[in-house]
Amino acid sequence: MSYKQFILVCGGTACESNKGIALFTALKNAVEAHGLVNDVQVVRTGCLGFCEKGPIVKILPQDTFYVEVKPEDAEAIVGEHIVKGRVVSRLLYDKNQSKTNVGIEGIDFYQKQFRIVLRNCGVIDPDKIDEYIARDGYKALEKVLFEMKPEEVTAEVLKSGVRGRGGAGFPTGKKWQFAAMQPAGQKYMVCNADEGDPGAYMDRSTLEGDPHSVLEAMAIAGYAIGANKGYVYIRAEYPLAIQRLETAIAQATEYGLLGDNILGSGFSFSIEIRLGAGAFVCGEETALLASIEGKRGMPTPRPPFPAVKGLWGRPTVINNVETLANIPVIILKGAEWFSKIGTHGSKGTKVFALTGKINNSGLIEVPMGTTLREIIFDIGGGIRGGKKFKAAQTGGPSGGIIPPQFLDVPIDYDNLAKIGSIMGSGGLIVMDEDDCIPDIAKFYLDFTVDESCGKCAPCRIGGRKLLNYLEKICKGTGTLQDIENMKDISEAMCRASLCGLGQTASNPITSSLRYFYEEYKEHIEEKKCRAKKCKNLLSYTILAAKCVGCTACARVCPVNAISGERKQPHVIDNAKCIKCGQCYDVCKFQAVTRA
Amino acid sequence: MANMLQLEINGIPVEVPAGTNILNAAKSVQVRIPTLCHHPDLPAWAACGICVVRQAGSPKLLRACCTEVTPGMKITTHDSDIVRVRRTVLELILANHPNDCLQCPRNNNCELQKLAADFGIREIPFPTDVPSIPVDNSTPSIVLNPEKCIKCGRCVQVCQGMQDVWALEFIGRGEKTRIAPAADVTLNESPCIKCGQCTAHCPVGAIYENDETRKVWDALRDPDKHCVVQIAPAVRVAIGEAFGKDPGTLMTGETYAGLRRLGFKAVFDTNYSADVTIMEEGSEFIERFTTNGTLPLITSCCPAWTDWMEKYAPDFIDNFSSAKSPQQMLGVLSKTYYAEKMGIDPAKIYMVSIMPCTAKKYEISRSENMFSSGHQDIDVVLTTRELARMFKSSGIDFLKLASEDADNILGSYTGAGTIFGVTGGVMEAALRTAYCLITGDAQPPAINFEMTRGMKGVKEAEIDIKGTKVKIAIAHQMGNVEQVLNSIREDRKAGRKPRYDFIEVMACRGGCIGGGGQPTGATDEVRKLRTAGIYSDDEKSKLRMSHLNPDVQKLYAEFLGKPLSEKAHHLLHNHYHSKKVYAK
Ligand SMILES: Cc1cc2nc3c(=O)[nH]c(=O)nc-3n(C[C@H](O)[C@H](O)[C@H](O)COP(=O)(O)O)c2cc1C
Ligand code: SF4
Ligand code: SF4
Ligand code: SF4
Ligand code: SF4
Ligand code: FES
Repeated sequence: MSYKQFILVCGGTACESNKGIALFTALKNAVEAHGLVNDVQVVRTGCLGFCEKGPIVKILPQDTFYVEVKPEDAEAIVGEHIVKGRVVSRLLYDKNQSKTNVGIEGIDFYQKQFRIVLRNCGVIDPDKIDEYIARDGYKALEKVLFEMKPEEVTAEVLKSGVRGRGGAGFPTGKKWQFAAMQPAGQKYMVCNADEGDPGAYMDRSTLEGDPHSVLEAMAIAGYAIGANKGYVYIRAEYPLAIQRLETAIAQATEYGLLGDNILGSGFSFSIEIRLGAGAFVCGEETALLASIEGKRGMPTPRPPFPAVKGLWGRPTVINNVETLANIPVIILKGAEWFSKIGTHGSKGTKVFALTGKINNSGLIEVPMGTTLREIIFDIGGGIRGGKKFKAAQTGGPSGGIIPPQFLDVPIDYDNLAKIGSIMGSGGLIVMDEDDCIPDIAKFYLDFTVDESCGKCAPCRIGGRKLLNYLEKICKGTGTLQDIENMKDISEAMCRASLCGLGQTASNPITSSLRYFYEEYKEHIEEKKCRAKKCKNLLSYTILAAKCVGCTACARVCPVNAISGERKQPHVIDNAKCIKCGQCYDVCKFQAVTRA
Repeated sequence: MANMLQLEINGIPVEVPAGTNILNAAKSVQVRIPTLCHHPDLPAWAACGICVVRQAGSPKLLRACCTEVTPGMKITTHDSDIVRVRRTVLELILANHPNDCLQCPRNNNCELQKLAADFGIREIPFPTDVPSIPVDNSTPSIVLNPEKCIKCGRCVQVCQGMQDVWALEFIGRGEKTRIAPAADVTLNESPCIKCGQCTAHCPVGAIYENDETRKVWDALRDPDKHCVVQIAPAVRVAIGEAFGKDPGTLMTGETYAGLRRLGFKAVFDTNYSADVTIMEEGSEFIERFTTNGTLPLITSCCPAWTDWMEKYAPDFIDNFSSAKSPQQMLGVLSKTYYAEKMGIDPAKIYMVSIMPCTAKKYEISRSENMFSSGHQDIDVVLTTRELARMFKSSGIDFLKLASEDADNILGSYTGAGTIFGVTGGVMEAALRTAYCLITGDAQPPAINFEMTRGMKGVKEAEIDIKGTKVKIAIAHQMGNVEQVLNSIREDRKAGRKPRYDFIEVMACRGGCIGGGGQPTGATDEVRKLRTAGIYSDDEKSKLRMSHLNPDVQKLYAEFLGKPLSEKAHHLLHNHYHSKKVYAK
C-alpha cells in the first residue's frame, strides 16, 4: 500500500498542548469520512519548529504549510485541499502567498535555516522506525559496524570538528578518544537529555521528533569507545519525549538495531532510560552520573573526568542530545562535508529556541556563524509590536546579556565567549525596551539560587547575596557599594565554585554591568527604571486636566490612596500608594501617568 | 617504588609520587594551602572553595584538595589574585554563620575561626543572614547545632562512609541545605550509635559533645557526695594535646593529680577494670573455645559497637561477650567492693568517668544491667575534652603538676589493661592471658602479639597456642566491621565452622585513642603518636598480663570468688537485645 498524499501534523509539545491531539483526530476522521484512508496518511510528526504559529499542518508532496490550524479546520483541509486540490489560503502563513508558492520557502522563518539536527523533525512519524530508516536511518550505524574500525569512527568525529552542544563546547571526538583510550572493560555511553534551562526545548523537541537519530548515535559512540550499555537521562516532566524514546528503543531492538549482536556484527549495545526529577544541576555531568547511581544529584570534582572515571567508576562518555543527533550525518556525509559548515572554531549548525519579544518564536537551526541580526530580524521577524531591540540572552541563566552593538557578530562558541556570554544549550531570549536589565538579571539569579544544589559555599551563599543586592537595586534602595560587592562575589563564585552552575551564575550580572551599567546607576542614584518594570521605582500621578472624576481609579485602589469628589479631578496620596498600578490600568482617559 | 612526578610549586621544584594531590605536594615544600572542608581521613568533598590555586596557562583556579598533580605542572598557591578570591569566599561563609565565637564550644579551637584570624578578617562586607534551625540535643552524647554548620560534609562522610551508620545526611537543596539526622527524625530516634566521630571531625562548633561538666562541679561541691573518678586508657595519651603537648605524651600521673585537685576523694583507673575484663572475657573465651560454645566470641567493650550490632546485626547477639565494658565494671565495683571495704554508703558515692568517648555517656544508662550495684553504677561521663576544660577553668596549671599515683583499691594496672585503648589491644591482652591459662605457662613466647597491631581496617591472624590454633580478626572504624560479619554469615550459611574464633571490634578509627571525645584534630598521624604512647605505657609496666595484677587477684580472693562466678555474673556481665534501626 502506498499513500499518495500525507498530512503532517506537528506533534511537538507546544502544538500538542494547543489542541494538537484533537486536530490530529479531526483530520483522521475527515480523511475517513471522505473515504481516503488508503490514499492519504495522517502523520503526527515531531516539532516543526514554528511554534509561534502552531499548531502547524503540512501537506506532502505539495509542501503546503498551514499555520494556526484548529480542529474545526480539518474538514476544509481534507475537503478543499486534498479532495479538490484547492489551497486553503486563510490558513497560510502569508495569506497572500501565491498559489504556487505555499511551502516553507515562502516563509522567512525557514529561510537561512539549515537542518542537520532537525533533519527529520516534522518530516517523519517519530513512532515509526520505518520512516526513519527510509530516510537513511541506521545506515551510519551499519557503516561503522561493517566498514570502520572504532578508532576510525573517533577520528572521523574528531575531524568533523563537532563540539559538545550541551554547553561547554568540548570537542566530541576528543572526549570519545579519552574514553576509548581507557583500558578495555565495562564502559558506558550516556545521553544527557536533562535540558532544564528556562525557555529551552531543543533537546526535548529533537527526541520528540526524531528519537532514532539519537539512539543510532549512541550505538555508534558505544562502538567507538567500547561501551555496550547506554543510558538516556531525561526529566520525568517530558512524558511525550519519554514515550517516543520508549517506542523507538523497543522498535530498534525488535529490528536488531539495538541489543545483542547488532546486525550480526558481533557488537552489542542496549539502551535504558533513566528519569530525572527535574533538578537543573542534574544536567551537570557528574551530578547526572550520581543521580543515575541513585545518589543525591550533587556535582563532584573533576578531574577525574567521566571519560576516565564515570558511572560506577567506569569510563563514561556523556553527550548532549543535539551533539548526538549530528553524528549519523557526520558518518554518512563525512567529516569533510560537515566541517565546511560553520566557522573556523565551530563547525556545523546550532539549534536555538527563540523566545521573548520576538515575532516568530520557535525552534530554529542555523549554521554556526549566523549573526544575531539574521536570527532575530530575518528568521525571527523582528521585535514584537515594532519595539526597539534592547538585548539578547544566550545560554540561559549561565549566559550573558548581549547588547545591540554585537548584533552583527557571527555567533559561535568563541565569539560568544569574547562578548561575555556562552553558547549554552541554545536558549535565545530577545528583549525589548520594556525589559529592565537589573530585573532580568534578578530573574536569572532567582533561578540559579533556586537550583543551586547547595554543596559548595561560593554558589550556595554567593548566589543568595547577589540576588539580595539585585532585589535592593530594583527596589531603589541599592548603593554603588553594592555593585562593588556584587563584582567581588561574582568573581569568587565564578572562580571558586565547584561546578558550572555556580561558575557561570554571575554571567548575567557581569555582562550586564559591563554593557548596561547606566541602567543600574539610574536605579541606584535616580531611583528610576527606564523600562518601567521595577514597581517600587514608579510613581503614579493623576493629570488633573485629563481626569473626568469617574472614580474608577479610587474604587479599584486596594489601599484607598486615591481621593476626590465625583466629577472632580482625583489625587493619589503617594505616601499610601503601594504602586500596584491598578489605577493606571483601569483609567479609560489616560489620566493616570506613571514615571 | 611509586612513579615519581616532577612539578613546580611557587617556583620551587617538587618531586612527589603519582596520585599525590596539590595540597600534599605543597606540604612537601613547606607551603600550607588553607583548607576548610578537607579532612585527611576523608575523600575530598570539595565544597568550600578555600583551597583554590592557579596552574600556569589556565585562567581557571583548581581545588588543591582534590586535584592530583600532573607532570610539569606549575602551580601558584598564593598571590594577591588568589588570596582575594579565597578571602571573598571566606567572607561569604562568615556572612552565613552566627559568628558568636565567644559562646561557642569550639572557641579557640575552630578551623573557621582560625582561617578568619589568618586572613585578618576585620569586617564582613556582606549582610549576614543565618537560618534559624533548632538544636538537636536528643541524645545523651552529642549535640547538633545546624545553625553553625558550614556544610563541609565531613560529618556526613564520616557517619555514612567511615562508620556505615547513615544517621546523618544533607536535607534540602541550595541555600536550604542543612545537616540533619537521616529522615529528619531526632538524632536519638535515628540510627546514630553515639560514636561521636562526627564531633571529632566537624571543623566548627556545629556538632559537639553533650557538655556535662556542670553536673560534676555541683557534685564536687556537695558535702553529701563522695566523688570518685576513673580515667580510661586513651585519655592519658591525648589530654596533653589540649595543653599544647604532642599527641601521645603520657600524662597519667598529672591527670591523677589534677583530678585530686578538683576534689575527687579517690582516683581510679579504668585500666584496672580492663584487667578484670580480661579475667572475665578471657575465661568466657576459654570456656566457649574448649566446650564447643558459640564462636566466634566478639568483644563488647565499645558501646557504639554494641549499639550498632543491636540495630544492624542482631544475628550476632549470641556471639557477644557478656562481660561488661571496663568502665561499667569499675563503676559497679566502686559502689560495691570499694564501698564495702571503705564502709561508705554506696548511695553517697558519685562515680565520674573520664572517657575518650561520647558513646560512654549513653552506655551508663543503656540497660537495667547498668544499675547492678543497686544504684546507677556510673553517675556521669566526661570526655577528654570536657576534662581539659575543667582543668582550665579551675586554674590548675596542668602541665606543671607533679605526677601522682592512683588510689587503691581500683587503681593499679598491668600493661595489658592499658593497651585496651588501641585497636587490637583487647585481643592482645586476652591472648596474653589466654595463652597462659590454656598452657599453664608463665608467659607466652613473645609478649607482644604484633599481628594484632597497626592501622589496617581488618586484621586477621592465626595464633598458635602450643598446637592449638586460635583464629582471630580485629576490626576498627565501624564501617570495616560488616565485611567481617558477612564472612561469618557466609560460613553459617554454608554450614561451615566459622572462620574466626575471636573477634575484636572498636567503633573508632585506631580504637579509643581515636575516640569521638578526644581532643579534636585527630588524623592518622595523630593516632599513630597516641598509639605509640599507649604501647610505651605497656612497655614500661612491670606486669604486662592482666591475671598477674595483684589487686585483681585480691578482688577475686576477697570478693568475687573466681571469674564467671555467680557474683561476677551478677555484677560484671550484661545482656543485649535486638533494636529497631529507627526508634520512630
Ligand atoms: C548546571 C549545569 C547544567 C547542565 N545541564 C545540561 C543539560 O541539561 N543538558 C546537557 O546536555 N548538558 C548540560 N550541562 C553540560 C554537561 O555537564 C555536559 O557538559 C554535557 O552534557 C556534555 O555533553 P556535550 O559534550 O555533548 O555537550 C550542564 C552543565 C551544568 C554545569
Ligand atoms: S556550584 Fe552550585 S550547583 Fe555546583 S556544586 Fe556548587 S553549590 Fe552545587
Ligand atoms: S555519633 Fe557517630 S553515628 Fe552518631 S551521627 Fe555522629 S558519626 Fe554518626
Ligand atoms: S556539622 Fe560540622 S562536619 Fe557536619 S557539615 Fe556541618 S560543619 Fe561540616
Ligand atoms: S572505640 Fe572506644 S572511643 Fe570509640 S566509641 Fe568505642 S569505646 Fe568509644
Ligand atoms: S578544602 Fe578544597 S574545597 Fe574545601
